Amino acid sequence: MIAAAIVTADWYMTLAAVLFLIGMAGLLLRNNALVMFMSVELMLNAVNLTFVAAARAHGDIGGQMAVLFVLVVAAAEVAVGLAIIVSIFRIRRTASVDDLSELSG
Amino acid sequence: MVELIIFVLMGAVALGGAVAVVKARNPVYGAMGLMAALFALAVFYVVHLAHFVAAVQVIVYAGAVITLFLFVIMFVGVDRAERLTEKLAVQRPAALAVLAGVLALAGVLVITGQFDWVITVGEGAEVRGTVEEIGANLISVEEGGVQRASRWLLPFEATSLLLIVAAVGAVSLAFYRPRRKEEPDDETAGADRPGRPS
Repeated sequence: MIAAAIVTADWYMTLAAVLFLIGMAGLLLRNNALVMFMSVELMLNAVNLTFVAAARAHGDIGGQMAVLFVLVVAAAEVAVGLAIIVSIFRIRRTASVDDLSELSG
Repeated sequence: MVELIIFVLMGAVALGGAVAVVKARNPVYGAMGLMAALFALAVFYVVHLAHFVAAVQVIVYAGAVITLFLFVIMFVGVDRAERLTEKLAVQRPAALAVLAGVLALAGVLVITGQFDWVITVGEGAEVRGTVEEIGANLISVEEGGVQRASRWLLPFEATSLLLIVAAVGAVSLAFYRPRRKEEPDDETAGADRPGRPS
């Protein structure tokens, strides 16, 4: 496999899947809202890599267009999400999601 | 051969950065790891001839998103110790079980050969994501000498609405103040309280 030295789209897909899993692990295992948010960004970027790899493999530019829209949505999400984290921090003095348990009764 | 070297090098950078995001106790190191991973992905985009996407990735993510993250990390404070024990006893085993399940599913798919969902087309169909190509695809495409709106025009217009809504929402969240009652000496009480800009 190595001797062939041709990097196919499957290799990129595998790398993207591993990146997605790492991001998922961060989202599920950490308590800091900021770290969880960065993990979500990592998962979004892993999916972007699969989009671009598929765009080359299929010869269709639609994959790259999808990546652009994902980028826009991610940027908007970061702006609003960080504003929410900051306003929660102003009131509660914490960035840990475990401390925000008013709704659990 | 060159692509193999780039894949190994940048794949290592991307994986290392991703692990740093998850493992770093200090969120600033996590942000730096995320930036390294995003740069490595931008290199992959260049390899895939998606030059415009790579440029946007560097400008938007490294330039704007990571900077915003760093500002908020500085504001929230990095010296706060994070408690790594969960309040819900079931959450950590459940999370590990979900991760192991997804990993096992991916492994089974790879081993049984069901992984090659990408049909690689021939040599001539190479897409080049240049600015002209992307821009033409966003607005209008020419088909048989006739210009018509592309299928990406409506999502493109929708993103402008989304950006306006997000910007207004972020600003109004930043200006929001919870109304305090029965605190007549709010000015003096709030003066020495940290983190409440007046």
